[in-house]
Amino acid sequence: MFASFDFDVIRRSLGYLFLDGMAFTLTLTGLSALGGIIFGTLIALMRLSGYKLLGHIAGLYVDLMRSLPLVLVIFWFYFLMPYVGQWVTGASRPISVGAFTSALVTFIMFEAAYFSEIMRAGIQSISKGQPAAANALGLTYAQTMRYVVLPQAFRNMLPVLLTQTIVLFQDTSLVYVLSMPDFLGAASKVAQRDGRLVEMYLFAAIVYFVISCTASFGVRRLQARISIVR
Amino acid sequence: MNYNWNWSIFFEPAPGGTGTYFNMLLSGLWLTIQTGVFAWIIALVFGSIIGVLRTLPSKTAYWVGFAYVEFFRNMPLLVQLFLWFFVLPELVPRSWGLWLKQLPNAPFYTAAIGVGLFMSARVAVQLAAGIASLPRGQKQAATALGLTTVQSYRYVLLPIAFRIILPPLTSEFLNTIKNTAVAITIGLIELTGQARSMQEFSFQVFEAFTAATVMYLLINIIVVTGMRFLERSLAIPGYITGK
Repeated sequence: MFASFDFDVIRRSLGYLFLDGMAFTLTLTGLSALGGIIFGTLIALMRLSGYKLLGHIAGLYVDLMRSLPLVLVIFWFYFLMPYVGQWVTGASRPISVGAFTSALVTFIMFEAAYFSEIMRAGIQSISKGQPAAANALGLTYAQTMRYVVLPQAFRNMLPVLLTQTIVLFQDTSLVYVLSMPDFLGAASKVAQRDGRLVEMYLFAAIVYFVISCTASFGVRRLQARISIVR
Repeated sequence: MNYNWNWSIFFEPAPGGTGTYFNMLLSGLWLTIQTGVFAWIIALVFGSIIGVLRTLPSKTAYWVGFAYVEFFRNMPLLVQLFLWFFVLPELVPRSWGLWLKQLPNAPFYTAAIGVGLFMSARVAVQLAAGIASLPRGQKQAATALGLTTVQSYRYVLLPIAFRIILPPLTSEFLNTIKNTAVAITIGLIELTGQARSMQEFSFQVFEAFTAATVMYLLINIIVVTGMRFLERSLAIPGYITGK
């Protein structure tokens, strides 16, 4: 069945696939997760702040992002970013934003909506006595969040946050629609150059599968350890 | 922002010769709905079977369900669509491969099946969790009444489990519809695809994407309202969500 296939094409392109493609994918995943968690935490704090207007704005943002397909959001930001850049820098014409920056901003903004829901659940799971005790000790709101609530919420939610990061890792493959050189994009370029679609896509599928499987296995072990402690 | 807004673009004829740009977007919307519903049916059928397998006492059934879910969950949807679209026709016997490649509407079927199977793993997880959340007495009572395994699932466990997981199923249905947008990569010109080609033809980027955004929001509102209505009409008085 595999007689007519040339699996050597994979060996020949390993360097390009991993040093360029996978490096791009992992960098994008890591930075987006970091930015998404920070921005998502801010959104969650806005929703729980008690200020009606702030809460509504944050809620609308989360609902909007969660009702749109990621592909459409990627296109939105790709075309919107030059104008936003122009507005921020005060340039006279829309400025050119690099493909990587555009993708990074897209994923941070999009994933922040999902991370904020996780962080909101995490913050709400902290018992009321904790912030009350912090308050009694004379901590300000910012200190209460920084030293009491967020560390615990973050810890409780760590497995869910990591699972969402695995989803994010898989979702970064969608930058394919902007022809960016992530892992899948690199595999696809080699596939089309050498006419080896079957070999390259099978290989890409296996690599994604192995990485995601290993990562989710790790998360499951982490979850088991955390749940014993609590 | 020096961008030339032109909202009347929707009523200008599109280059395709099939009417205005608005008609173009509407045909995309219709294709998104068709693909989404078709995929959702596949997701529900396969997800239910696998979800039940994961709760059966048999070890083999559990492992089959486990392997199925891990297989579909650990690969990006885009890669799965590529596997169905580009790789599958080369791996099956030659004549089948030719038939697959010549199939009219191949992107539509690939998208519906690909997205459907991808989502079925998520449905399976939800259903297995729903069944597991039922009190053990339900299954025991069914057995005590002399129901077979099939009967106890059909008449006792599944009717309640499905009611419990209706809210998460609503969001999985919405995810299914949203995920059909990924099929743009295998040439399915659904809503996002039509917005993209409208942008390429007319250069009115933001009008095209705004219209697509509004249409996706409408789909969401309709689905959420419909499912709320379904939840209310299926609620059992005195049980969980029932009043």
